[in-house]
Amino acid sequence: MTSDSLKIIHHDFKLSDNVIKKIHKILVKHENDPRNIIQILQDIQAEFHYLAEPVISFIAKELAISEHRIYGVATFYSQFKFVKPGKHQIRVCMGTACHVRGAQSLLDKICRELHIQPGETTKDGLFSIESVYCLGCCALAPVMVIDDNVFGNMSAAKVTKILRKYRRANAPRKTPAKGGGK
Amino acid sequence: MTDFDTLVQKAKRSWDKLHAQKTPVIYAGAASCGRAAGVLPVIEAIKELKATLPLEIVEVGCIGPCYLEPIIAVQKKGHPTIFYGNVQAIQAAEIVENYLVKNDPQPDKAIGALSSPNGSETTIPSIWDHPMLKAQKRIVLKNCGLIDPQNIEHYLANDGYQALNKVLQMKPETVIQEITDSGLRGRGGAGFPTGLKWKFTRAEKDPEKYVICNADEGDPGAFMNRSLIEGDPHAVLEGLLIAGYAISAVKGYIYCRAEYPLAIQRFRKALKDMRKFGLLGENILGSDFSFEIELKEGAGAFVCGEETALIASIMGERGMPRQKPPYPSQHGVWGKPTVINNVETLGTVPAIIRNGSKWYARFGTEKSKGTKTFSLVGKIRRSGLIEVPLGTTLRTVIYDIGGGIYEDKEFKAIQVGGPSGGTIPAAFMDEPLDYENLNKLGAIMGSGGIVVIDSDTCVVDLARYFLQFTENESCGKCVPCRIGTKQLLNLLTKIVKGEGTIDDFELLEELAHTISEGSLCGLGKTAPNPVITTLTYFRDEYVAHIVDKRCPAKVCKDLFVYVVDAETCIGCEICRKRCPVGAVSGEKKQPHSIDITKCIKCDVCFTNCPAKAIRKVDKVDVIHVSH
Repeated sequence: MTSDSLKIIHHDFKLSDNVIKKIHKILVKHENDPRNIIQILQDIQAEFHYLAEPVISFIAKELAISEHRIYGVATFYSQFKFVKPGKHQIRVCMGTACHVRGAQSLLDKICRELHIQPGETTKDGLFSIESVYCLGCCALAPVMVIDDNVFGNMSAAKVTKILRKYRRANAPRKTPAKGGGK
Repeated sequence: MTDFDTLVQKAKRSWDKLHAQKTPVIYAGAASCGRAAGVLPVIEAIKELKATLPLEIVEVGCIGPCYLEPIIAVQKKGHPTIFYGNVQAIQAAEIVENYLVKNDPQPDKAIGALSSPNGSETTIPSIWDHPMLKAQKRIVLKNCGLIDPQNIEHYLANDGYQALNKVLQMKPETVIQEITDSGLRGRGGAGFPTGLKWKFTRAEKDPEKYVICNADEGDPGAFMNRSLIEGDPHAVLEGLLIAGYAISAVKGYIYCRAEYPLAIQRFRKALKDMRKFGLLGENILGSDFSFEIELKEGAGAFVCGEETALIASIMGERGMPRQKPPYPSQHGVWGKPTVINNVETLGTVPAIIRNGSKWYARFGTEKSKGTKTFSLVGKIRRSGLIEVPLGTTLRTVIYDIGGGIYEDKEFKAIQVGGPSGGTIPAAFMDEPLDYENLNKLGAIMGSGGIVVIDSDTCVVDLARYFLQFTENESCGKCVPCRIGTKQLLNLLTKIVKGEGTIDDFELLEELAHTISEGSLCGLGKTAPNPVITTLTYFRDEYVAHIVDKRCPAKVCKDLFVYVVDAETCIGCEICRKRCPVGAVSGEKKQPHSIDITKCIKCDVCFTNCPAKAIRKVDKVDVIHVSH
């Protein structure tokens, strides 16, 4: 439905034995039934963070349905991603309450800060941005979510601080001269 | 004594024990809104107290006043339980200790008290006298924020599953009659009589029937269903069981939107416990009634709130609506007769069965019976989740419950019913909120999202916002909706950019009419409502944008510029340092100025100026715009 969900990009996603084992486990859980395709794709995405092309081909073969059928369903729903998201996924709520309390400025600020647009991932693979419609925390508008952490009563000024925290937590640690750390 | 009575007695014993125990109990509002406000670090901080102070922590749902989140309640034996609001992690331990150890109830921080079992006195007023709660009538929300949603015994101890136990001894037809007599109408938006829906489905010959709980609450700015599920999931599930029994269904589905992970978690836990307690599966409570419930997660498509689209999605297809008839009651999921009810509708059913249809029909108006939950958000002082009898006036909702407009600005309008609803101006403040009246005003009840807007909100921008939403969410099946919403959005975009012409009025109206008449499903049919209502009630604002090229609320970025008021500016350099594009210049302690050719209107200077010296000025007054 959204244009970015149609952006299907080739990746060097390898169907290793381990990956195939995981996919099989998910398919068995859903009884290898194409009628459960949405739940299958949800579990696949939860496992691999996005729907990589080789995975979709593989599932199509296993379920004996066409890839078109899977893409037809998957691209209809905004939840499904076809590009690898960042390590930290930022979702900015664009619900009505957030809109009237300045969600657009908030989203603009995050985009400026990270130099990417919604639907994209930063070059270092650390962040990706998504705009979503209503997370249901309207009383705390505007709201943004990073992974599972909800940040309410947001402002453009708070963005820099919060992102800095995440960047710091991901900064490569200086390795001690001699081992010892776990 | 039946097995059910034994279950209830055991549940009541543990509930009473929890409330009479010596060890203090801290109840923390840990629904999504509480978490967004930071209740989890608060809980962690209180847990640390455990080393020195014996206490128990119970996570509950949301009691409603979201603006006071994080909310905790401290229970102390022999004393009233006291609610504290806006509790932050750094002061949480102190608040708890002050009450528990130093016996200081801290009236300045308290938001209300629950009378303790032994009726001890307190100077702190009852929580139910809190201005936000006083004017409410809580039926469906009665347990929210007071019980642990993950503990089925808490629900059982508070009349839970009494209604199910009662209907299992009733004829299904009698159950349907009871719901019909109560006057309950669908709480998901359209307001179709619930009893009638059940009756039609039951009358179908096919013995394989289904019930679906529609928990795909997609309206932006609404969270009633989320709060109910997170606070009291069993009420919804009990309603689902009763609906299943009434129409003799074989199975129930819950279709819950994936954006609500906590609600999904609550449902899963509740279903597990129901099975353990014999409330789900074969021969429920020893009766002949067997029923299964499957939880399906949505995958992010607003149109799936429409019943035929939802059914397609449950069957693993693209969630596209189809022509009606046949209605789901005839041809629903897997082609079988199906009842689809909203979360709140189902959550209300147990209360009606327990207390009787006559009792329920006492609330509300002649045609809109009972109570309705609303999420009250936007530019309102006390925002949160409320439940009021239908027919309550907007004035009561906005002023008595909501405490008026945020920062005392001018109350301009409410937007009710989400993208399918409309904008109702402040002049209609004394109109009662019910299905008929809202339709008359051009809006719809919808699922109950009320977004309050003040003089800083531009209604043309708001209409454009909703059209952007529906255009994005249109499934693309029918032309009027797919292309119509796109064109309507283009027109509105043109207008907010100051490029509108006087002919656009006619075009807007014609297009709105065509989309509304020609679309296949409710999404398209109602998509023009935000435009139609704003055109009706706020035509002058459209005129300002189109003719004068001004945005009165100074929201539409192409129509205003930022200027520094040289007399007010203190030359503190904050705006110059923070401007991301270097558009501000000026020496220290000298008035600054903004280069409007560089300015990207990020609002940083405006929001950060300590002297309030940055003004938004109509662009036409500063630059000559040729048109």
